[in-house]
Amino acid sequence: MAGPVLEMRSIVKTFPGVKALSDVTLTVRQGEVHAICGENGAGKSTLMKVLSGVHPHGTYEGDILFEGEVVSFKDIRASEHHGIVIIHQELALVPYMSIAENIFLGNEHATRGFISWNDTLKHAAELLRRVGLDENPQTRVADIGVGKQQLVEIAKALSKKVKLLILDEPTAALNDEDSGKLLDLILGLKDQGITSIIISHKLNEIETVADSVTILRDGQTIETLDVKAAETTEDRIISGMVGRDLEHRFPERTPHQPEAGVAPALEIRGWTVHHPIDQQRKVVDDVSINVRRGEIVGIAGLMGAGRTELAMSVFGRTYGRYTDGVVLKDGTEIRTKTVSDAVKHGIAYVTEDRKHYGLNLIDTINRNISLSALNKVTKRGVVDEHEERKVSEGFRKSMNIKAPTVFEPVGKLSGGNQQKVVLSKWIFTGPDVLILDEPTRGIDVGAKFEIYTVIDKLAADGKAVVFISSELPELLGMCDRIYTMAAGRLTGEFSRAEATQESLMRQMTKDKEVNR
Amino acid sequence: MSTDVTAKTPAPAPPGKSGTAAGGGLLQLVLDGLRRNMRQYGMLIALGLIVALFAVWTDGDLLLPRNVSNLVLQNSYILILAIGMMLIIIAGHIDLSVGSLTAFIGSMAAVFMVDNDIAWPLAVLLCLSVGAAAGAAQGFFISYLGIPSFIVTLAGMLVFRGLTEIFLKGQTLGPFPEGLQKVANGFLPEVGPDTNYHNLTLLLGFAVLAFVVFQEVRDRGRQQEFALDVPPMNLFVLKLVAISAAVLTVTMLLASYKGAPIVLLVLGALVVGFGYVMRNAIIGRHVYAIGGNLPAAKLSGVKDKKVVFLLFVNMGMLAALAGLVFAARFNAASPKAGLNFELEAIAAAYIGGASMSGGVGTVLGAIIGGVVLGVLNNGMNLVGIGTDWQQVIKGLVLLAAVGFDVWNKRKVGS
Repeated sequence: MAGPVLEMRSIVKTFPGVKALSDVTLTVRQGEVHAICGENGAGKSTLMKVLSGVHPHGTYEGDILFEGEVVSFKDIRASEHHGIVIIHQELALVPYMSIAENIFLGNEHATRGFISWNDTLKHAAELLRRVGLDENPQTRVADIGVGKQQLVEIAKALSKKVKLLILDEPTAALNDEDSGKLLDLILGLKDQGITSIIISHKLNEIETVADSVTILRDGQTIETLDVKAAETTEDRIISGMVGRDLEHRFPERTPHQPEAGVAPALEIRGWTVHHPIDQQRKVVDDVSINVRRGEIVGIAGLMGAGRTELAMSVFGRTYGRYTDGVVLKDGTEIRTKTVSDAVKHGIAYVTEDRKHYGLNLIDTINRNISLSALNKVTKRGVVDEHEERKVSEGFRKSMNIKAPTVFEPVGKLSGGNQQKVVLSKWIFTGPDVLILDEPTRGIDVGAKFEIYTVIDKLAADGKAVVFISSELPELLGMCDRIYTMAAGRLTGEFSRAEATQESLMRQMTKDKEVNR
Repeated sequence: MSTDVTAKTPAPAPPGKSGTAAGGGLLQLVLDGLRRNMRQYGMLIALGLIVALFAVWTDGDLLLPRNVSNLVLQNSYILILAIGMMLIIIAGHIDLSVGSLTAFIGSMAAVFMVDNDIAWPLAVLLCLSVGAAAGAAQGFFISYLGIPSFIVTLAGMLVFRGLTEIFLKGQTLGPFPEGLQKVANGFLPEVGPDTNYHNLTLLLGFAVLAFVVFQEVRDRGRQQEFALDVPPMNLFVLKLVAISAAVLTVTMLLASYKGAPIVLLVLGALVVGFGYVMRNAIIGRHVYAIGGNLPAAKLSGVKDKKVVFLLFVNMGMLAALAGLVFAARFNAASPKAGLNFELEAIAAAYIGGASMSGGVGTVLGAIIGGVVLGVLNNGMNLVGIGTDWQQVIKGLVLLAAVGFDVWNKRKVGS
C-alpha cells in the first residue's frame, strides 16, 4: 500500500485544568479510509480540531506532517488550502440559502465581487452528481433531509479540492438507508483517490468501510489496527476502547438490596419520543426502566443513544415530541407534562449541559440554588433573603463549593463548583428521584470524587438515583444496576455483578437488533 | 431594600479589609469601592457630574426650587414608562408600543371624561383596565404564540397610534375635570404653622431619610450576623452621609417652593413597590432567571410564558398611567401625544444599566437613567441649546453610557 499522507506525532493539547490529548500519534496512509474510535471524551474531536486548524498551531505541542511536509495551520482556511476538510457533527450549512450557495459559501464564483450564477449552478450540479445527490442546486437546504444535507457538505468539501476528508460521526443523525448511501459514497471517493478519516461509534460501520482503525483512550493513542486482518474483531476494538485500569476511586458502597413487594420510586413504561423537527425519527423507542428508593441505576450509551432525550422528555416534556408511554411514581401513574408537574412529584433532572440548561451564569450562587424551590424560602409571597442566604450558605459548606461568598456570580466558578451548585439547587427541591445526566462531565478528578460521594449519600438517604454517563468505570463503580441504550432503544440490563466494561460496550455499540 | 443603589446584590468588601482600614486610607477605600461597583455607581456619578455641569452653566437656575419641581413633573411619565420597560428588558424583551399606547389612553380618557362626563375616578380605573387589556393582547401574542416582542409591539405602535387619531378625529380634546388635574399637576396640601417651608414635604423628606438610614443599618447588621464581609465603618458612614445629603437637598428644594408634587409620591410608591417585587418576590426572581438563561429557567420549573404575559399586562397598565398623567398635565388629549416616549423609556433603561441580552438591571437604575435624560433635557433647554443639538447630545450620551458598560464588563470579565 501507499505511504503515509498524514502523520501526527506526539500531539499534546491542554485546556485550562484538563489535558485533552497527551501524546497522540496518528498515521494515515494515502488513499485509505481510516477510522478513529474511542469513548466520549477520549480526545477524538480535539485531535481533529488540532488537525484542521480550529486549535491553531502554537496552542498544541507536537508535529503534523502532511504529504511529507511539516505544516502549521493558523486557522481552518489554512488547512483547507492544503486540501484538509472537516465535516462536523453539527452541519455547518445555512438553512435558508440554496444548495449551490452553500457549496460555494466563502469560496464564491465571482468576478469583481459579483457572483456569476451560471458558473455557480453548473459547477454545483457537477458536484452534486459526483456525490450522487439528485436535487436541484437551487433548492433551499432547509427543504432537504439531514442525509442529503450531509451530502451537500461533502460536495462543499469536494469543491475545495479536498485530499483528506474528515467526517465526525457522519451517520449519527442518519437513518439506515441514508447511512448506507453515505458509506458507499465514502468508498466511492476512496476510488477517486481521496483519503478519509471517519470518527464513528458504530463498529459494524467501521468494519464495512474502514481499512484501518486507530483507538484513542484518555487522550492517548492505544493502537492502530488493520481492519481487514483476521484478528481484528469487534471484541478486539472494544477491549482497546475500554481497557483502562480501574484505578478510579469511588466511595465505598453497600449495594442496594431491593425490597420485595415495594413499587419502584420511578417507573417508565413504553416511552417513545420523536425528534422535534425530523418527526419520522424515533429518538427514544419503547423504553421501559425503573428505579427503586436507595438504588443507583445507570444508563450507559454513546452519543446519540437517546439517554438525555429520554430523561428530558420524562422531565416535563422538555425535549422532542412525546408519542407514547407512562410514568409511574411509587406505583401510581403521574402526569409530568410540565417541569412544575415533575418537580411537584419529586423528580429532579440535573442537566448534562449546566451552562446552557442548568445555571443562570450572570446571577449569584444563592439565587441559582433557590430558583427551583423559591417557595421554600418565601413567606407571604416575599422571598426571605435571610433564609435564602442561610440555605445557600449551608449548601456552600456541605457541598464544599469553593467560593468566598454565596454572592459570587456562578459564571466565575470552575466546572466542578458549578456542578455542585446545580446539584445543590435540585437537592434543595427535596426530590425523591434524581436523574443525573453526565454529572461529572468536564470536571477534574478531585471534584469527581466529591460528586460521587454526594450521589452515594443521596442513595443512602433513600433517594432513587438515575445516573446517566458515558464513562463506564464510573457507572461500574457507582451503580447497583445498569441499563444500556443504543440508537434510542434499550439494549440491555445488567446487575452490578454481571456488568463489565466489555459487556456494556458490546450492548452500547449494538446498532440495530434489539436484545433484552 | 430598593432604596439602596446597590440593590441587586449588597456589594461585599474585599476579604481581609473589612472594618480594619485606618481612616487615612478612606479615599483609597472609596476608590476601590467605586471600581468594584462601577456598574452601580458609574451612572450615579455621571448624573452628579451632569447636574453639576448644568448648575454651573445655568448660573444655578437648574437647581432653583421652581425648576426642580418642574423637572419632576416634566419627566414623571417617562419615568413611569421606564420602570415597566426595565422589567421587560430584564426579561429579554422590548416594548415599542408604549408611546402610542400612552397617546391612546389619553384619547380614551378624553372620550370618557370630556365626551361622556364619566366621573374621573371611575374613568381612571377604566383607562387603567384598557391599558392592561392592551398589554394583555400584546403579551398573548408574544408569550403564547411566540411572535417576537419587537414585531408585536411594532405592530402595536402603529395600531394604537392609528386608533388614537380615529378616536380624536385628528383633533385635540379637552379640558379634563379639575379633580384629575389637581392630582397630575398638584402638590401636597399646606398644613401646620407658617415656616417658610412646605411642612408636609419636610415631614415626608425626614420620614424617607429615617427609613433609608434604618434600612441601611439593618442590612449591615444582617450581613454581619451572617459573618459576611461588610464595608468598613467609615466607608459606610460616608455612604449614609451622601444619601442623607441627597435626600435632604431634594426635600429642601421642593419644600421651599410649593411642596412635593403628588405625581412624585406616586412615582416613589412605584419605585419602592417594583423594586421590592423585583428583588424579593418570586415573580421578580423569575423575571431575572428568564432573561439570564431562558432554557435553564424553563428546566427549573419557571412558568416563563405566564411571567412574560404578566410583564406586558403590567407595562400596559403603566403606559395607561403615564398616558393619564400626560393628558391631565396638558389638560388635553392630543393625537401627537407620547411621540418617541418608547425610545426615551428604552434609552433610560439602557443608560440605567440594562443589558441587551437580558437578565440584568434594577428598577432604580431605570429611574437614574430617566433622570439623566430629564436633567439633560431640562438643562439644555435652560441654556438655550436647540432641539436639534439636544437630540445629537442625547444620542451620544446613550452610546457613551452603554459603551462604557460594555468596555467595563470586558475589562472585568476576561
